[in-house]
Amino acid sequence: MIAWPGVPLTFVKRWLVGLSAIALGGALMRAILDLPAVGVDLPGAVAANMAASGVEHPVTAVLLNFRGYDTLLEVAVLLLALLGMWAAAAPGETAPTQVADRDDPVLRTLARLIVPLMILVAGYLLWAGAHRPGGAFQAGAVLASAAVLLHLTGLLPAWTSPRLPLRLGLAGGFLVFLATAVFLLGEGSLLRYPPEHAGALILFIEAGLTLSLGLILAGLFLVLASLRARP
Amino acid sequence: MTPGLIYALAGVALFVLGLAGLILLTSALRRILAFNLMGSGVFLVLVGLAQRDGGVDPVPQAMVLTGIVVAVAATALALALARRLVIPLEKTEK
Repeated sequence: MIAWPGVPLTFVKRWLVGLSAIALGGALMRAILDLPAVGVDLPGAVAANMAASGVEHPVTAVLLNFRGYDTLLEVAVLLLALLGMWAAAAPGETAPTQVADRDDPVLRTLARLIVPLMILVAGYLLWAGAHRPGGAFQAGAVLASAAVLLHLTGLLPAWTSPRLPLRLGLAGGFLVFLATAVFLLGEGSLLRYPPEHAGALILFIEAGLTLSLGLILAGLFLVLASLRARP
Repeated sequence: MTPGLIYALAGVALFVLGLAGLILLTSALRRILAFNLMGSGVFLVLVGLAQRDGGVDPVPQAMVLTGIVVAVAATALALALARRLVIPLEKTEK
């Protein structure tokens, strides 16, 4: 490495990286400002096919209908990430954390009051996704945060090794989605819903996804929480 | 200069900030955070550029929604792997 005498190497490296980053940022901003007008009219294409999508909100239509395979693979990626976290834990390393040591009556009562409301909100978001912002991902996130809240207030222990019901819950959303896709394969192509049943099918898939996404997202937190501290 | 364009430019700034952090920082946790910052910058560019003419495009919004969830999962996996880096396997097997 070339360094000027008397100047620390980290100092040179820091300036070099900083200046290069600023140059890259300038080039990227310049490229964005010079970008030509869009060639394809995606919003127009979405609007033209909304009637056949089975839902009234364009983002939900894109997520679950027009590009449904993206969402299918995304759920698979989530499941893989959770499996990877379990695989990264050494055997016997996961242990139920002490949950009973934080005995705060105000916090616990608040959690007990809020969690049923959060489940209600998740159900509403799932239903609202068909015609306004909402949907399975938002509902799943609310469910997961309810589980995290229960864990932080000491009402729910961290996950150690999942038994069959939990495993079914984790994989259920993906399996429901996959089964629907395979079933519809007979109609011609992957995940092309018949327009008259599209709304019901999307709600069915989203209901399964909400439960599974809630469990998976909660698991991402609760698995990390179950790992023992540094021995 | 529409608001969408400003969001896209801010996204570029976040991306570059995260990239510099990824190169310069040494702690695994900080690198994961820097990588997340890069991802957020990309999401901002995608959504901002799509609505620079004022109209809202649902396709990039759905893609970014997908991306955010995948980023959360990738971060959790990265944290688990970073933990394994700090506490090697033989220490926990007794």
